[in-house]
Amino acid sequence: MLSKQEKELIIEIWTRLTPVADRIGAEALLRMFTSYPGTKTYFSHLDITPRSAHLLSHGQKIFLALAEGSKDIANLMTTLAPLQTYHAYQLRIQPSNFKLFSHCMIVTLACFMGDRFTPSLHAAMDKYLSAFSAVLGEKFR
Amino acid sequence: MVEWTDSERAIINSIFSNLDYEEIGRKSLCRCLIVYPWTQRYFGAFGNLYNAETIMANPLIAAHGTKILHGLDRALKNMDDIKNTYAELSLLHSDKLHVDPDNFRLLADCLTVVIAAKMGTAFTVETQVAWQKFLSVVVSALGRQYH
Repeated sequence: MLSKQEKELIIEIWTRLTPVADRIGAEALLRMFTSYPGTKTYFSHLDITPRSAHLLSHGQKIFLALAEGSKDIANLMTTLAPLQTYHAYQLRIQPSNFKLFSHCMIVTLACFMGDRFTPSLHAAMDKYLSAFSAVLGEKFR
Repeated sequence: MVEWTDSERAIINSIFSNLDYEEIGRKSLCRCLIVYPWTQRYFGAFGNLYNAETIMANPLIAAHGTKILHGLDRALKNMDDIKNTYAELSLLHSDKLHVDPDNFRLLADCLTVVIAAKMGTAFTVETQVAWQKFLSVVVSALGRQYH
């Protein structure tokens, strides 16, 4: 459950980092691919080497989806409906991987923000990413 | 037995040699108690854990965080036999402290985040991989004697 203050914190972070959406998203993906090599199996169709155009563009896509979702957390089910269908029926990603990506996104934010990534912000972000992942996996079965 | 490359050993040794045990230990345990509040169940005797501010100001938590971090020194000194190094501690956590071993992973994640925040861009992808490998071996060893 996210408090009003936490929701505001989350919106603020995603908005502030939007100018570097591709860098943050790409770094989170790269950390995930390197720490958890099994996750690479879903990307055999892309060039996911560091700093590749595919990695940056895909990273940006994911970041912007996370940013968009944060603007109306109460209605994630509506906002994410098309992505839910896509992940469930086309991508069919093993849902436990959402947790791995969330962890790497949090590590990326920590590296980027240093001390400003406070425990309270970390908690809020972790809750948001869990909620987002849960909604994304809703249509899997 | 876990195989470590020279590069992995160097990365892990480097992190420890630059570590401020008091700062990082305190921050990691506090972060765990704040981000994963159910972990507070094991700290009933540690005084005021009412909210993030009181947790971060709690001297007993700070001291315990430092103690936990020093506990990792054993793994550092015995990287080729972490499993047996923690056999006794594992039994302690199981039989006396009754800690759900899944919580070790949560604390490990918080430690990773605190170190990442401290090191910034120096916490490279390769650093993360080596560091997480080290922690996952420790976490596995700590959960091994549960029965």
